[in-house]
Amino acid sequence: MDTLLVLVSIIDATLRVATPLVLAALGGLYAERSGVVDIGLEGKMLGAAFAAAAVAAVSGSALLGLVAGVAVSVALALVHAYASVTHNGNQVVSGMAINIMVAGLAPTLGVAWFRQGGQTPQLAGDARFTPIDLPFARALESVPVVGQLYSEIISGHNLIVYIAAAAVPFSAWLVFRTRFGLRLRAVGENPHAVDTAGVSVADMRYRAMVLCGVLCGIAGAYLSTAHSAAFVRDMTAGKGYLALAALIFGKWKPWPTLTACLLFAFTDAVQVRLQGVPLPLVGVIPVQFIQAIPYILTVLLLAGFVGKAAAPRASGIPFVKDR
Amino acid sequence: MADQIKSEASPSVAAPAVELIGIDKRFGAVHANRAVSLRIAVGSIHGIIGENGAGKSTLMSILYGYYQADAGEIRIAGKPVHIGNSHDALAHGIGMVHQHFMLVDPFTVLENVMLGVEGGYLLAAGAAQARAELQRLQRDYKLEVDLDTPVGELPVGLQQRVEILKALYRGAQVLILDEPTGVLTPQEADHLFRILRALRDEGKTVILITHKLREILEVTDRVTVMRQGAVVAERATRDTTKEELAELMVGRKVLLRVEKSPAKPGPVVLEVRGLTVIDGAGVRRVKDVSFDVRAGEIVGIAGVSGNGQSELLEALSGIRRASSGTVKIKGSECGVTHTIDPRAMRALGLAHVPEDRQRMGLVTAFAINESAILGYHDDKRYNGPLLMDRDKIIDLCGRQMGDYDVRPPDPRLRTAALSGGNQQKVVLAREFDRDPELLLVGQPTRGVDIGAIEFIHRRLIAMRDAGKAVLLVSVELDEILSLADRILVMFDGRVVGEVAPAQATEQKLGLMMAGASEAAA
Repeated sequence: MDTLLVLVSIIDATLRVATPLVLAALGGLYAERSGVVDIGLEGKMLGAAFAAAAVAAVSGSALLGLVAGVAVSVALALVHAYASVTHNGNQVVSGMAINIMVAGLAPTLGVAWFRQGGQTPQLAGDARFTPIDLPFARALESVPVVGQLYSEIISGHNLIVYIAAAAVPFSAWLVFRTRFGLRLRAVGENPHAVDTAGVSVADMRYRAMVLCGVLCGIAGAYLSTAHSAAFVRDMTAGKGYLALAALIFGKWKPWPTLTACLLFAFTDAVQVRLQGVPLPLVGVIPVQFIQAIPYILTVLLLAGFVGKAAAPRASGIPFVKDR
Repeated sequence: MADQIKSEASPSVAAPAVELIGIDKRFGAVHANRAVSLRIAVGSIHGIIGENGAGKSTLMSILYGYYQADAGEIRIAGKPVHIGNSHDALAHGIGMVHQHFMLVDPFTVLENVMLGVEGGYLLAAGAAQARAELQRLQRDYKLEVDLDTPVGELPVGLQQRVEILKALYRGAQVLILDEPTGVLTPQEADHLFRILRALRDEGKTVILITHKLREILEVTDRVTVMRQGAVVAERATRDTTKEELAELMVGRKVLLRVEKSPAKPGPVVLEVRGLTVIDGAGVRRVKDVSFDVRAGEIVGIAGVSGNGQSELLEALSGIRRASSGTVKIKGSECGVTHTIDPRAMRALGLAHVPEDRQRMGLVTAFAINESAILGYHDDKRYNGPLLMDRDKIIDLCGRQMGDYDVRPPDPRLRTAALSGGNQQKVVLAREFDRDPELLLVGQPTRGVDIGAIEFIHRRLIAMRDAGKAVLLVSVELDEILSLADRILVMFDGRVVGEVAPAQATEQKLGLMMAGASEAAA
């Protein structure tokens, strides 16, 4: 029974950590499938996290916070699109600029508005996304295995976790089964083909960036108003980059990307568990090494175990119509 | 949807399918089209021929909505139209098969055709409809290609059919083909011509842009000749000849056949044995190739682009490491399997005119005199005790440019300011001037005007007559046939046969280039 509890808590932690990764990675998927490299996932999440926490703190509504977070993230995505699509700018530079700008601007505004050292006030009650009990979760609790799985693991998360879970099949459907998806994939592979087919390349890329902004916005709002209860300086802590790594590991496809996010989140959950626990043979491993596990895993996976990851061919290359 | 477009664009009987009136277009200082007027009859194959830079591609890009004309009018089936983008062109029944295919490699044929005309938000419904329509088109026009294969896995000949299918599926009544045979074997080209004739017989109009005289004479009904942005002549194809068209294109008499005496082969200069090259992706590009090149002969390597010729040239010139095999120049072993050192190869008397002059032969952002010493920059002639002798470099380069008729003859210009033919002459001058024993020449006339081709061919023959060994790699069969003293054919990384030019025909070479064995050919 004790091991079951540990397992359930690890799985719960995995889902909590995976949620923003999944959302951001899917955002990156839309961007890169359209041919825009978006290293600014991190900055968009951080900006959204701040906006969501600030608005939620002032209005007392988590939903209003979410809307504000999405709005800020979409605005940042449009800045990136304006630089890299309209003006054919360097996409890495533009993305990095957004990351750096937000990392400085959010705490600065936080200090100016809330005078709590760059943080936002602690959120409570309706200002946070709280766990939702799915129907019959309580009733099924006593049913062995199936009921327990349902009530312990599937039920009892906040709204955004379920949004993230729904975003994966939705994205798979959108990218591979619809007209929008066909054009999205084409524009990231050979924008010239899309252009000669009479479809606007810039238009497709802007739409993809808006989708990317929406997803990163939800991810950011999750960090500050669901996972935590306030905005803290640099609270994304590299999750945007980790999401990019998951996207590559997932070969720019929604379901494999989900798997990669869950794997990264699982190692994170395990590393928290392992801190200070004596292991057989080696004893207690210093906490710093344990904390490094997810990142070491990332490097190893990307370096060798992924196989050949073929990025969308036009990814990162501005579309210039000359012949 | 395709049907709807078709009925809109169906031509009235008398009016020409396409009429261009006084089309004028400038790009900065370049006057690309000068008051071009053109009438193209319904149900005909109309050729537009001209040298590179004659303005034929610009003209067609205007018709297809890529560029807007500065002045002039376009009429489709008698009605004046405005074509602002490719979407407008498609709506007026104009389809284009580009020189570089506009295909998405990982997509299937079906997905490529559907792109832009998916027929609804969900793909599944449109796909069934598109499949039925495509099967009908394939039957009608002999355009067989499997609809569910990813396009990237198809050979280029079939990729081109996909492009044609795309245009027809969109209801094209007028089909523009831009240099369609550049990537095809003669057999594939013949098949393409059969398709074009079938299209014409069904009442479609075909516009064929090319610089190859043979194609014009073989397949077109009428031909328009362009030079320096203007139409200089229009002929019914049956009333004209190769010689007349060449003269009209260039503006002076041109010798189409290179005049040369029989070769007098001397001792072996280049000896290649069992050469195998594996590229970075682990693909065997050159497979166990052996041959000799003697002093005083030109050995031509024919083959469709991408069958290992490029890698062979790179291995021989010391740019790419070979996996196995030996290469000897004048009897001395070059060690191509363990060192890659172009400079050491040059020291053995090798000169290399690379296939892609802009990427490998020149630095286009450099001044011409700098491009003219690339790879030889540490030559004593160019250097003082400490610094380079710029004045002398410019002086020597100016003299070379005079010898090779490079225009304009100013060594201080940026290399990019020269036309393709003149850039190629700079490379030739640089490489030939060292008095090499062995010349490796890749695609010497790709993107070069007829006038310059004549010059380059004469220079190559002159090098041969001076007792040099020349290895010529070209995808232009005409070039191989007129220059080479022996012809090797490469297919899939192997030399699949050797033919004497006297016995070689385009048909025979074409079959070998497509992989048929020599015996079968």
